[in-house]
Amino acid sequence: MKIIVPVKRVVDANIKIRVKADASGVELANVKMAMNPFDEIAVEEALRLKEAGKASEIIVVSVGAASAAETIRTALAMGADRGILVKAEGRVEPLAVAKLLKAIVAREEPGLVILGKQAIDDDSNQTGQMLAALLDWPQGTFASKVAVDGGQVEVTREVDGGLQTVSLALPAVVTTDLRLNEPRYASLPNIMKAKKKPLDETTPEALGVDATPRLEIVSTREPSGRQAGIKVASAAELVQKLKTAGVI
Amino acid sequence: MATLLIADHDGVRLGDATAKALTAARQIGAPVDVLVAGDGVAAIAAQAASLAGVARVLVAEGAVLANLLAEPLAELVIRITDAYTVIAAPATSAMKNALPRVAARLDVMQISDVTKVLAADTFERPIYAGNALETVRSDEAKRVLTIRAAAFPASEAGDANAPIEALPAPAASSTSRFVGADLSTSTRPELGSARIIVSGGRALGSAEKFDAVVAPLADRLGAAIGASRAAVDSGYAPNDLQVGQTGKIVAPELYVALGISGAIQHLAGMKDSKVIVAINKDPDAPIFQIADYGLEEDLFTAVPAMMDALA
Ligand SMILES: Cc1cc2nc3c(=O)[nH]c(=O)nc-3n(C[C@H](O)[C@H](O)[C@H](O)COP(=O)(O)OP(=O)(O)OC[C@H]3O[C@@H](n4cnc5c(N)ncnc54)[C@H](O)[C@@H]3O)c2cc1C
Ligand SMILES: Nc1ncnc2c1ncn2[C@@H]1O[C@H](COP(=O)(O)O)[C@@H](O)[C@H]1O
Repeated sequence: MKIIVPVKRVVDANIKIRVKADASGVELANVKMAMNPFDEIAVEEALRLKEAGKASEIIVVSVGAASAAETIRTALAMGADRGILVKAEGRVEPLAVAKLLKAIVAREEPGLVILGKQAIDDDSNQTGQMLAALLDWPQGTFASKVAVDGGQVEVTREVDGGLQTVSLALPAVVTTDLRLNEPRYASLPNIMKAKKKPLDETTPEALGVDATPRLEIVSTREPSGRQAGIKVASAAELVQKLKTAGVI
Repeated sequence: MATLLIADHDGVRLGDATAKALTAARQIGAPVDVLVAGDGVAAIAAQAASLAGVARVLVAEGAVLANLLAEPLAELVIRITDAYTVIAAPATSAMKNALPRVAARLDVMQISDVTKVLAADTFERPIYAGNALETVRSDEAKRVLTIRAAAFPASEAGDANAPIEALPAPAASSTSRFVGADLSTSTRPELGSARIIVSGGRALGSAEKFDAVVAPLADRLGAAIGASRAAVDSGYAPNDLQVGQTGKIVAPELYVALGISGAIQHLAGMKDSKVIVAINKDPDAPIFQIADYGLEEDLFTAVPAMMDALA
C-alpha cells in the first residue's frame, strides 16, 4: 500500500508574524519557513507504518512555489521515498489543494492519505475533509492513534469531549493531531541521501485543476493588542484585586 | 434566502456553542433554520426551537446519526442545501470534521472560524494563531461557515417556539463505523461556557500535582479546568482540556494561568478573556505581557495562599 502525505511550507511556528502596514497581508519576506508541524507528524506516522510493514512507499506532495521543494526534501530526509511538487504561485486555497490531491490520488492509487489537521498559517482545518469528500472516502480526522489492520484502519480521534474511535475501510483519509507521535529528526546521512531521491514537478494545469482562489481577501489587520496590567506582590493582594474588580 | 445552522450537542443538551453560533447566523440577516441531527434528540430540538430568532427546526433522527460522524452528517446536510444560501455551524470538533465535506461537495470554499459578520458575504477570521485578522469576501452562490463560538454572545430563549419538522435520516456509511468513545465525565462547568477558567501548564509537574493544585482552586471558584499543550502532552490533563490555537478557544470573564509561559499558540486560545491572571516564577514569562494581574511566585506556594485568602 502506498501512502501519500501532503506537506505545506509555512512560517515557522516559533516566529511571531507581522501584518504589513498597508493591510495587504502578512509579511513573508525573509521570514523563517518550515514544514507545517502537523505535517511532520503525518510524515512520521507514514514512516512508522512503513517500518511496521503496513506500507510500501511514501510519497510526499506539496503545493506551492518552487521553494516548497525544500519542504519536500525535509520529508525525504526523514525517510519518505519520493516527492511531487505541484508548482503554483500565490494563494492556493484548501478546496483547490484538495482537488489537486485528488488528481494525484487518481494517478498513484494510495491506500491512505495522511494530512495535518490544520495548517498553522491559514488555520483552515479543511483540506483533509474536503479531499475525503471529493474522493468519497471515509475520514479519520484529528488522530491521536492510527492502527492499520488488513483492509481497515482504526483511528482514535481527539474530540471536544475526549476521545472517539472510528473504523474506516481503506482507502481512507487521516488527519493528524498533536499527540499522534513525536516526529524524528533527519540525520545528516539521510539529508545527503534525500538529495538523490526522486522529486517530480507538475502544475495545476497538467493535473486539470483550476486553482484560482474563490475568496477575496479584502484586508488583513493586526488584532487590537492587550496591555500588560499590573504586578501584584502576593496571593492575598491578587484575591483582593479580583474581588474589587468583581470577577470573583 | 435562508441560513441553515447545524446544531452541535452531546446527545443530551444543545451545546452552548450552538446558541452562540446562532447569534452570528442571525447577523447575516436571513431567516435561520436549525438542523438537529442525532439519535433520540427530540428534547434537544425543542431546546433549539425555544431560542430567539429561529425560524424552523429540522430534526433528523436515527442510529446512523448518533455520534455525528462526518460522513452521514454531510450526506444529510447535502440533501437540503438547495433551500439555503448560507450553511453554518459552530466550530466544534464535530462540525470542523463534517462541514468541509459539505463545502467540497457544494464546490464552495469554506470560511473557517468566523469571528465577525461584517456583511452577508463578508466576514472576519483569525489566521496565524490570531496574530492577524483577515477580512474575506465570498461571491460564491453559497457560503459555508464555521463560527468561533467564543466571539459571540449566546442567543437567549425567545417569546415563541419555532415549528419543528422531521427529516429522514440518511443511510449508514458502508466505509466508516463508530467503534467507541472515551469521554470525560466532569461535574465542573464546560470550558466553552465557563465564567472562570483555571489552567495549568508544564510547571505542575505531574498528573497528581495537577489534580492537587489546579482542581481545588477551580472548585473554590466554580471554574472549569484548562491546560496548556505541554501539560496535556505530558499526561497531566486530558486532551479535551487543551486551550490554544489547535485546542479550545475560550473567552471567559476570568482566566487564571498557573505555570504557563504564554507561547503564541496558547495565547491564541485565551487572549480574548476579559481578565487574565498569570502566576509564574519567571519575571520574563511572555504571559505577563497580556496579564491584567501578574504574580511572580512559585505556584506551589501562591495557590495555597490564594485558597487561604478566599477562605
Ligand atoms: C503546531 C503547534 C500547535 C500548538 N498548539 C498549542 C495549543 O493549542 N495550546 C498550547 O497551550 N500550546 C500549543 N502549542 C505549544 C506551545 O508552543 C508551547 O510549547 C506550550 O504552550 C507550552 O506550555 P507551558 O506554558 O505549559 O510550558 P512551558 O513553556 O515549559 O512553560 C512553563 C512555565 O512555568 C513556569 N514555572 C515553572 N515552574 C514554576 C513554578 N513552580 N511556579 C510558577 N511557575 C513556574 C516557567 O517559568 C514557565 O514560564 C503548540 C505548538 C505547536 C508547534
Ligand atoms: N499547499 C499545500 N501543500 C500540501 N499540503 C497542503 C497544502 N495546504 C494544506 N495542505 C495539507 O492540508 C492540511 C490542512 O491544511 P488546512 O486545511 O489549510 O488547514 C495540512 O496540514 C497539509 O497536510
